[in-house]
Order: sequence, then C-alpha cells, then structure tokens
Amino acid sequence: MEEKSTFRTDQIMAIIQPFIVPVLAIFTSVIVGSIFLLAYGFNPIDAYSGLLDGAFGSNRRIAKTILNTIPYIFGGLAVAFAFKGGLFNIGAQGQLFMGAISAAYVGFVFEGLPFIIHMPLAVLAGALGGAFWGAIPGFLKAYTGAHEVITTIMFNYIALSFVGYLVSGPLKLEGSVIAKTPEIADAAKLPFFGTGELGLHYGIPLAILVAFIIYWLIWKTPFGFELRTVGLNPSAASYSGISVKRVTIFTMAISGLLAGLAGTVDTLGLIHHFEPSFNLGYGFDSITIALLAKNHPLGVILTSFLFGAMSAGSTRMQRASGVPSEIIQVVQALILMFVAAEQLIRIMYRLRSQEGEGLQLSSGWGAG
Amino acid sequence: MDIRIIISVLRATLRQSTPITLGALGGIFSERSGVVNIAIEGMMLSAAFAGFMVNVYTGNLFFAVIGAMIVGGLMGLIHAWLSITFKIDQIISGTVINILAIGLTGYFYQSGATTKGKLSPIPIPILSDIPVIGEVLFNNPPITYTAIVMVFVTAFIMFRTTWGLRTRAVGEHPHAADTVGINVYLVRYINVIISGAVAGLGGAFLTLESVGSFERGITNGRGFIALAALIFGKWNPYGAWGAALLFGFANAIQTQLQFTGGLNVPHEFIGMIPYVLTVLVLAGFVGKARPPAAVGQPYDGHLSLKEIFNDISKMFKTKSPEIS
Repeated sequence: MEEKSTFRTDQIMAIIQPFIVPVLAIFTSVIVGSIFLLAYGFNPIDAYSGLLDGAFGSNRRIAKTILNTIPYIFGGLAVAFAFKGGLFNIGAQGQLFMGAISAAYVGFVFEGLPFIIHMPLAVLAGALGGAFWGAIPGFLKAYTGAHEVITTIMFNYIALSFVGYLVSGPLKLEGSVIAKTPEIADAAKLPFFGTGELGLHYGIPLAILVAFIIYWLIWKTPFGFELRTVGLNPSAASYSGISVKRVTIFTMAISGLLAGLAGTVDTLGLIHHFEPSFNLGYGFDSITIALLAKNHPLGVILTSFLFGAMSAGSTRMQRASGVPSEIIQVVQALILMFVAAEQLIRIMYRLRSQEGEGLQLSSGWGAG
Repeated sequence: MDIRIIISVLRATLRQSTPITLGALGGIFSERSGVVNIAIEGMMLSAAFAGFMVNVYTGNLFFAVIGAMIVGGLMGLIHAWLSITFKIDQIISGTVINILAIGLTGYFYQSGATTKGKLSPIPIPILSDIPVIGEVLFNNPPITYTAIVMVFVTAFIMFRTTWGLRTRAVGEHPHAADTVGINVYLVRYINVIISGAVAGLGGAFLTLESVGSFERGITNGRGFIALAALIFGKWNPYGAWGAALLFGFANAIQTQLQFTGGLNVPHEFIGMIPYVLTVLVLAGFVGKARPPAAVGQPYDGHLSLKEIFNDISKMFKTKSPEIS
C-alpha cells in the first residue's frame, strides 16, 4: 500500500513539475510589481483586485479578456514554433502587420462574394501575408547565414513603413482623416457566436484548433521530427541527411503564418479595417508568452489567457485605482526575466535544478 | 537648390544621427566583448527618462546628463547580470531590458512634469564663422559635439589600448583570453555597463538637447536603428558613425520631403533605407559583415568573486605586463 501511494505522488509530481517554475515566476513578478506599486503610493491589493475585476468582473469583461487572448495565442505559437526549430523570431510584429493588411485588403476589395468563400479567402490572405514576411528572413538565414534576430527586427520596421505607406496612400479610405483602410465587407467578417454581452467571434475556436494542429505538427509528423532535430543540433541534423535549409525556411514561414493569423483574427473579427496603431505591441509579448509556456503549443493557450486578462483588466485598473496601466508591462518584463533566468527562481525558492534545463536559444550574430 | 535648405538638411542630418551614433558606439563596447546588445533601445529610453526627471527636480542640466548615463549604465548592469552571471540568452535578456524600460518609464512618468530648459548650442569661436561648414558643424549643443568626439575615443580605446585589446580578445576567443589571465566576466561586465552609459547619453540627447521634454516611447525605435548602424558599420566605430550619418541623412531628407514635396518617392520608402541596407549587408550582398566570433555565447568558465576583486585591484595598480 505504501509503495502504491508514493507511486501516485510521483505521477502527480510529473504532471505538476513543468508548472512549478512558471507559476513561481508569475507569483514573484506580482510580488515585485507590488513593490513598485508601493513605491508610488498605491495599494497593491486595490490595484490587483482592480485588475481582476477588469478582467473577469462581468460577462462583458470576460468576453473582452477572451477576445484579447486570441491574437496572443497566435503570436505565442509563432514564437514557440520558431524556438522549437532553433530560430528566434523576434519579427512577429512585422509578420502580424503584413497578415493584417493582406486580410483587410482581401476583405474590402471584393464585393458580393458569398461568406463561405470570402471569409476563408481573407483568412488565407492574412496567413500568406505573414508567411511571406517570415519566409524571407528564413531564406536569408538558410542561404546567406544572416542571423534571423537582426533580419526580423529590420523586417519589423520595413513592414511598419510599408503598411504606413499603404494606409496613407493606395489603400487609404477616401475622405478619412485617419490613415486607415476602408471597412471590410460583411461577408469577410468572422461571425460572432454567444449571446448578448458574452459575444465572441470564431477566432477563439480557430486559435485553439491551430494550437492543437501545431502540437501535432511538432510531435507527430516527420517534419516536426526534422524541426526538433534542427532545433537541438543543426550540424547533427545536417549529418543525418535533413536539409537544414529547407527546414529553416519552412519553420520561419510557418512561424510567420501564425503571426499573420494573429493580425488576421483581430482585423476580421474585431477591428474590421486595418489601422497600424490597433495592432501594435504584440511582438515582444509573444516572446514572453512562448517562453512562459516553455514553447509548448497547449501551454501557449494558458499563458495567452493570462496576458489577455492582464491587458483587458489594466484599463479598468487604471480607471478604478489610478494605477498607470504600464505596471502590467513591468510585471510582464519581470515574468520574462524570471522564466528565462530559471536559476534565479530555483535559488529563491530552494528548488533542485533539473538536468539540461538551460535555455540557450540562439547563438549570436555569427552563427551561420 | 536653395543654400538654406541644404544647410537645414545637413544640420538635421547631424542632429538625427547623434543619438544613433551614441547608441551604436554603446553597442560596439558590448558586442565587441561578446555580449549581443539588442537592449540599446531600452537603455536609451530609460536614460532619456532619467535625464528628464533629474532635470525636472534639480534644474541642473549637467546633473541630468550624468543621471541619464548612470541609469543607462544600470540597465547595462542588469543586462550583464542576466546574460553573463545567469547565462540567460542574451537576446532574451535584451528583450527583458526593452520591455522593462517601456514599462518603468511609462509607469513613473507623470504627465504634469514640466521641463526646466534644455542644452543650448555653443558656437565654437572663429570656426563657427566659416560659411555653411561653421553653421553645420561648429554651432551645436554639447552632446552633439560629444558624440563626434566619442567616435574617435571609442576607436582609440578599442584599437590602441590594452583594455581594447582585452575586450576584443574576450569577444573573439574567450577561452584563449582566459588562459592568458584575462578575467572574461569582468571585461564583459564593464563593457556592457559602458555600453549602457554611452547609449544612455544618446537617450539624454533626446530629452535634454533635442526635444527638451519626455513623452512615452520617445526613442521610437532609434535604438534599433543604432543596432542597424552598428552592424552596417561592421562593428567599427568609424563605420558605425558613417552608417549613423547616412541613416540620419535619410531621415533628414524624409522630413524635408514631407514639407516641400519634390522627388516622387513616398517618404516611407526613404524611411526604410536603413533597415533594407542592414539586411543587405548582413546577407553579404554589400560586403560581408563579420561580427565578433564569440558574440552571443555565454562564457562557461569559473567565476569567483575573489578573483574579480584581485583583477580590479591589479587594473588600478599596474599596467598589465602580458601585452605590450
């Protein structure tokens, strides 16, 4: 009997294990965040309860939280997928822009298409827009060795200028003071489901479905095996006959596709036109979301929900208790820090360290 | 073209290039020692904010500049601590700094705070009377002059001093450097802190010399343009300066075009030039950029505090005998 019970504890521990560090990282960040709150004369309990109230206080707020979660899931998946292949995609923001503008363009340029064709076509355009923007750095990495971190940062700014040109030039809504595209056709909009205040669009089931597809792709397919092999050791992968070049390009393209979908769901589901300022700030958040989830696609759903709640709740918190909503970014930076410097958390809470848990994701500019 | 327009474009070029130059020079210190620095943006932003706040509370511009550099250096210290001591991925560490800077400056910024003036131009006697050149080069505020001087100082430090030699050794081949008795950790720590302070001066330029006040996200991607300049200039101070001037010129032309029209190119495309050029250089289409060999790799040697203290005291006592 004794033996059986310890066996069960082991099983439970095996399930709990991966959650320990992320949960402690979040907890510690919230505590350190309170110090910043106190330093400025705010009551942390008021602030955090305002945050929770803003995120979950009513049906409408819960809906807002979930709607905010959707693009985070795609962005987090984009970064996590690239990490699995040993690539650091810091360009989710640019890919998101290219996806969003492509989806918006297809959304407003066609008139009179039936929903069954128009909506999927717009989603496809958004996905391809992002995939294209991700594939170029992948291609450059594969054939010239240009490090993807720098190229994707540069491509973020190229995309920002490019969409800025499009919305103030050729794709501008005529007669508008603000630089934005025309409204997309009704047939291209992601439909809402749920009733009244708890209205959600179909981006959420799509996001969860895509997370499972990515999980399947990484762990159940030959491509996923190649991807993980390249991610762990490119030279061993190449020695065993895997085309590292091909895998690199595909990894970046799929990562870009996912980021493109992050822009697409917001454009087709929520904003219904493209305006650059509505899609800002996802690039860095996606990195934190992916790392907090330990690059696990299903973990990304959970961590995105956390980020969705924080962003939804922060506005309410600012209004109710006067705490500047930027405190959320401070907490998020701390989460990223504690998750990445796992050793810090392990020292603080006297946890035993695990074999091979170090996180060296990229190898500098010079790595070809 | 009107001479006044030319002068104004050239002045704008120098003004726009100053924070980029300083950011890129900061980056050189860090990356030459083997620590990737994508945190230039965050270092500049937090320093810009610190400079502004010191100015608001003391009204002393000199203290404000020093305060900005100290806070920039502190951000460098955090970057060093995370990436050297804890060996977390240097790009993630840089990302932490960037997000932290946006969050902290946004959180602590009170929109009511008003500035107490900014640094004004100091015309250099005689030289500033030269037509065109004098107006462009010798009638500037102090941080602009400092940036130009810093280009030469950085080049001197990197290529003419023992410290520079050690820095480059650590960035190219840390293990070899370790075997000849260089403390890899210490050299990297100090360079990353210097990196933050120099980039911080670039941030101070924004709030204390150019704009004169702070707004959220005031750096607006200049730190990343500085990173681009650093790479486009192939990790060389003069190259980085040239790149910064080129990027500054692109910016000045872009602004000028928005005012006067002319040239049938949308200004957004001119704004893209720095980024496109950097990608081309990195891909080897326009000469090959070769980064320091060990950049990005955490060093896995032993780390003892006692040794660091010994090394620090040695540094102040004797000139190192092993390199002449």
